[in-house]
Amino acid sequence: MKLGFSKAEEEFRAEAADWLQGQMAGEFKDIKGITTLTEKAERRKEWEQQLAAHKWSCIGWPVEWGGRGASLAEQVIFAEEYARAGVPGRVNHIGIELAGPTILTFGTEEQKQRFLPGIAAGTTIFCQGFSEPNAGSDLGNVRTKARLDGDEWVVNGQKIWTSLAHISDWIFVVARSGEGSKGPKGLTFLMMDMHQPGIEIRPIEQINGDAEFNETFFDDARCPADSLIGTEGEGWRVAMGLLAFERGVSTLGQQMAFRNELDAIIAAAKDNGKANNPLIRQRIAKAEIGLRLMRYGALRMLSNTDHSAIDGAALTYKIQWATWRRGLGELAMDVLGQAGEIASGDAYEWDVLPNLFLYSRADTIYGGTNQIQRNQIAERGLGLPREPRGDK
Amino acid sequence: MEFAFTEEQAMIAETARDFFRENATSERTRKAMAGEGIDRELWQAFGAELGLAGLTVPEEHGGSGLGMVELAIIAEAAGSQVSAIPLLGHAMACAAIGAGGSDEAKAAWLPRLAAGEAICAIASTHSTLEADGDKLTGTIQCVPHGAVADLLLVAAPKGMWLVETAAKGVSIEGHTTMDQTRPLATVMLDGAAATPLAQSFDVTMAAWSAGWIVLAAEALGGAQETLERTVAYSLDRVQFGRQIGSFQAYKHRLADMMIEIEQARSAVYWAACAVDEGSDEAQMALHAAKSFCADTFFMCAGNMIQLHGGIGFTWEHDAHLFFKRARSIQTMLMDGEFHREQVARMVLGEAA
Ligand SMILES: Cc1cc2nc3c(=O)[nH]c(=O)nc-3n(C[C@H](O)[C@H](O)[C@H](O)COP(=O)(O)OP(=O)(O)OC[C@H]3O[C@@H](n4cnc5c(N)ncnc54)[C@H](O)[C@@H]3O)c2cc1C
Repeated sequence: MKLGFSKAEEEFRAEAADWLQGQMAGEFKDIKGITTLTEKAERRKEWEQQLAAHKWSCIGWPVEWGGRGASLAEQVIFAEEYARAGVPGRVNHIGIELAGPTILTFGTEEQKQRFLPGIAAGTTIFCQGFSEPNAGSDLGNVRTKARLDGDEWVVNGQKIWTSLAHISDWIFVVARSGEGSKGPKGLTFLMMDMHQPGIEIRPIEQINGDAEFNETFFDDARCPADSLIGTEGEGWRVAMGLLAFERGVSTLGQQMAFRNELDAIIAAAKDNGKANNPLIRQRIAKAEIGLRLMRYGALRMLSNTDHSAIDGAALTYKIQWATWRRGLGELAMDVLGQAGEIASGDAYEWDVLPNLFLYSRADTIYGGTNQIQRNQIAERGLGLPREPRGDK
Repeated sequence: MEFAFTEEQAMIAETARDFFRENATSERTRKAMAGEGIDRELWQAFGAELGLAGLTVPEEHGGSGLGMVELAIIAEAAGSQVSAIPLLGHAMACAAIGAGGSDEAKAAWLPRLAAGEAICAIASTHSTLEADGDKLTGTIQCVPHGAVADLLLVAAPKGMWLVETAAKGVSIEGHTTMDQTRPLATVMLDGAAATPLAQSFDVTMAAWSAGWIVLAAEALGGAQETLERTVAYSLDRVQFGRQIGSFQAYKHRLADMMIEIEQARSAVYWAACAVDEGSDEAQMALHAAKSFCADTFFMCAGNMIQLHGGIGFTWEHDAHLFFKRARSIQTMLMDGEFHREQVARMVLGEAA
């Protein structure tokens, strides 16, 4: 067991930190510190390309596809330095962290050539079309239909809660292709170009006033036959494989963003005197401890490379961070007091901490709600009986 | 960076787990509970047969010279069976003597501790003891396994000493204690002969680190065991024509236990690694581990009783052993509020 990094790894850290901080002090100063998903989207697309130009876009990918084949430790380090430098989240994180690895794992050589360079270069932004009005937690219930028409797939139906659809170039869609099929069987995983008349997007306003997710309608939308990842009817397996990538190294970067949020709370508490309140002090300590344990949980998860035993750290990771961050939002408001409930201008727009309070209510919903996480932990982690379905 | 056991560590873990599963049975622990609160045979086997008592003692003094990660591994295994052994005082004494004992003190005690021949208890107090040369006077409350100890590691604000319990001026009164696997005693010193250890932050920290890691790791092992036993019960017991483990409210409580336990596991091994590697995070890691793991164990042990129903409330069932051990770990070597306050000071930049 070893936590420290080697000298070479520390040199890598210095190199990454240097470059990132230089960018945030220079050419990309205007996007430093942004914490929302889509603010200044166009500039952030340019930032994607800047990363790619310097081979920092997807360092964990193989060299032949624009990556560096970076070691686990290097990926951890880069993710940490990225957030430490105040660089905003990747607008193409769905492409880099979900679509890319999915294509690397399940795609054909031809598909890799078609998609990976664009993702790596930061020119193809992806969004995720899984959820539907009647398929949320019960993802296997998707009804959007895909049928093969000559050498094209034709897609009809509706997706919902599609984050970033309005700034995306491509969407990956789980659709039902098996005539009369039900549940996870008969699903197909397709890559579709967003820029076509058959796809229509309507933004949905969120509780914080932003509109970062959307309804996505498919009305005879089309894609070439070979846009299918995996084989027809195997979409569930691909989708599940993709969800596993969500627990990758990117979590470490996310934690650094959490670090910045907790630091902002600590600064506010020192500023307004709440730091003298023993109950607030206990909660700050608990938040700090939770954040540290998240880091070491992630390192355990990433170090567990043989996957021989049930990986408890991985299985519990999502609910752990989501619940922690929701608590952080509440702590933020308790520290700010009533002042935190007043916007800084006339618009319904929120500074980092009040926005954290509002936005973190979504953390325990997307990517599998806390209840669904508990079901999975109990069933996969502890071997308890599966939830009964009502429609079987 | 490789936050996983090495092969050697995995082997130690397996050996320790098997040993305590096989030997620290409910029957034997209950026998110890009815007596002095120690399973002497178990402690001897642990020390002599397995050679684990010398785990952290340097090789030149008859030990294996291993670190906090290995100590955590065996404490986790011991804690998983609520074994009635004096590992806490033992680990603290090995660390304190190793770090701050004179050559004579090392030669006198380390080989005996490494062989599991001497039992040591930690006697810590916030009030100052009267120290007159090498004689100590004062009363120390709540000394775990104090009544069966041969040696006391006395820790007071002014320093640390070794005191032999057989020496003149030492009297010890054992108490009936809620957790009968680690009964508390009151130690009265009246001009008792004491050997001082070197006074430094490092020596003090060596002792406390070992103690906090033992308690945190015991708590982790205990919590994991309450989860496993409750899962097994939930698959066995049927109500309303279903396994009780199929009810969602029940499943979710077990899931919550696993979520906390996974964090507790990260906490223990983070702290142990940080101490072994001399990381500047070590202090925070220790406070985090002690407070987090104690709370986790208590939550899990409480759930174990609830999720067993009536049988969980009986003396006959082992749930109360875990519950009482968990309660005692929460306050032993400072409570959660103390540890979190230390963390708060660090993050608020007020560290002394
Ligand atoms: C901010 C945000 C961004 C999102 N981005 C995307 C995206 O980019 N792409 C995408 O495809 N989706 C996205 N989602 C959708 C998200 O994955 C779903 O909202 C989520 O899976 C829950 O589905 P649902 O909303 O239909 O709620 P439901 O499934 O209807 O759940 C409602 C409530 O019932 C509970 N519940 C449901 N089933 C069970 C059960 N078996 N046991 C116990 N309780 C249960 C849930 O926990 C929840 O509390 C996003 C959601 C949000 C909030």
